[in-house]
Amino acid sequence: MEGIRSERTRLAVAGARSVVLGLGRQSRTDVARGGIFLALLLLAVTIGLLGLALLLIDAVVDGSGRFGIDLFTKKASSLPSRAGFQDAILGTLWVIGGVIVFCLPIGVGAAIYLEEYAAKGRWWNQLVEVNIQNLAAVPSIVYGILGLAFIVRGPLDLGFIVLAASLTLTLLVLPTVIIAAREAIRAVPDSIRQGSLALGATRWQTIRSQILPAAVPGVMTGVILAISRAIGESAPLLLLGAATFVTANPTSPLTDGYTTLPVQIFNFFARAQDDYIELAAAGIIVMLIVLLAMNSFAIWLRNRYEHSW
Amino acid sequence: MRWQQPEAASRESAPSVEQLVNARHRKPSSRPGTSLSSRLEAPSRRYGEMAIQGVLASCAAISIVTTTAIIISLLGPSLSFFGEVPIDDFLFGTEWSPALLPQKFGVLPIVVGTLSVTLWGLLFAVPIGLLSAIYLSEYAPPRVRKVIKPMLEVLAGIPTVAIGFFAFSFITPALQDLWPGFLGEEPNIFNALAAALAVGLLIVPIIASISEDAMSSVPAGLRDGAYALGANRMRVALRVVFPAALSGIVASIVLGVSRAVGETMVVLMAAGATPNLTFNPVESIEAMTAYIAITGTGDIATGTLEYDTIFAVGLVLFVITLAMNLVSIRLVRRYREVYE
Repeated sequence: MEGIRSERTRLAVAGARSVVLGLGRQSRTDVARGGIFLALLLLAVTIGLLGLALLLIDAVVDGSGRFGIDLFTKKASSLPSRAGFQDAILGTLWVIGGVIVFCLPIGVGAAIYLEEYAAKGRWWNQLVEVNIQNLAAVPSIVYGILGLAFIVRGPLDLGFIVLAASLTLTLLVLPTVIIAAREAIRAVPDSIRQGSLALGATRWQTIRSQILPAAVPGVMTGVILAISRAIGESAPLLLLGAATFVTANPTSPLTDGYTTLPVQIFNFFARAQDDYIELAAAGIIVMLIVLLAMNSFAIWLRNRYEHSW
Repeated sequence: MRWQQPEAASRESAPSVEQLVNARHRKPSSRPGTSLSSRLEAPSRRYGEMAIQGVLASCAAISIVTTTAIIISLLGPSLSFFGEVPIDDFLFGTEWSPALLPQKFGVLPIVVGTLSVTLWGLLFAVPIGLLSAIYLSEYAPPRVRKVIKPMLEVLAGIPTVAIGFFAFSFITPALQDLWPGFLGEEPNIFNALAAALAVGLLIVPIIASISEDAMSSVPAGLRDGAYALGANRMRVALRVVFPAALSGIVASIVLGVSRAVGETMVVLMAAGATPNLTFNPVESIEAMTAYIAITGTGDIATGTLEYDTIFAVGLVLFVITLAMNLVSIRLVRRYREVYE
């Protein structure tokens, strides 16, 4: 066998091997650069997560002195030691209750229309689509201006009441709900629609008894995330009368002044006294606990019911 | 046998829902003689179905109504404002003091305040967001991804009032303590830099998640091709995936800018309320959104010139963010069309 390997063949094999080895092995500078790059990537991720951690720790350190049952049993007061968040928490519940009532049917309805009925190529459907994507990124304070000009005053003229806040926040989170619900509906495979239609179901029967049940987990995830955004929202409410000093719990969505948890946190913060700032931090802890619980539930829901068809 | 049919052919031959439903409403005369088609015909016009479609369409139309209402509510008072204050003086004036006599309505100081926070915030958020996206899309093992992505989502869901509080009670004191002398004067108690860092923290998840989405949708074939030519991971990420996902990456940054420009609570709580025509990050400034919030909270009589400034500033804000959003929507569409 040795005889077959002429000098020329041996040279060719050696040359090929060195080419292959050279390709496989990287130069030392390349390896070093790759290592530095990976270190940079890890550093970036760490900084992002560190920011989150510091934010949580800062709120707990500043607010733990006032964190307790008092926050839920006391209302706003001009004495910091007597003040709590009861009226603000109830105000948030009233406002958010309204948001759920309005945004769930409207958001899901719009999503069903856009996914199941609208002809994709038509210009008005494309207009609606771009419009919704833009509305999702309009600054929240602009919604506050809209609420002030159209709902509190102007055409609807409701005044500074809970209902006005609910309506404004509904408009604010509606695009988020629609986008999430559309994605959930889109994930239901066409074969299910066709099977149902082939069995003689009408379009609406197909949607009601096949598509919506299959899309419920995705829709719920989107709705929970949207609601948690509405709970934490404060900028538009500043323009809608939530910043006025109230010391009574709201009793009706139609007549009463109100404040909400994030707005009250801002109010206490803006008084710029140490006692009130501590109270504001305690309020932030309450708000973050509620929101983290809701977010985790939404993420759990998504992972639990996420199926690939 | 299903597998004997090429995938593409079977997809083409499957009728869409649209066709199936249209087939139900076809007149029997269009297919003379077939008893099947007349049996498929609905016995009535199905007015209930039509009514439901109408209700659903009106839900979708609410979004158009919202945009129209926003534009009307901004334009109306703005027009009466520009009747009193010439539009040149408003857009190019360098002094802003609507509440004090003599009133000055030059919007530039608060526009620059907003831009300063946005600029410094982006300098922090763009590198952090993009590097995180590259890590998540190209390097992270699936298990690590599964932990980090939800954490970024949690960060995106933190209310802005909490982030503003963090900026005032942690970032500003930390900056003042750690401020190196050679940079000059240390930051004011209200300063643009703390607000910018906090706003940056707010938009890191936006940039990271949209860019990661764009990078993940770059087809594996492009990566494999580069690896086969001997490129290492860093080269593949920077020279292949990054350029291929560029439209999505730019879209994420533009959306981040739009979010930073519109952010209210953080600038209100950490940056101050002093209209100040400067990009110097250690000074106290006033942003457009903070002006609207402060003025709108106070008790101002409707119809006064000062009340109308809320809407004029709101209009400027809306136009800036609208332009950003449309650019971003366009770019996202482009990469979706190319790779999906």
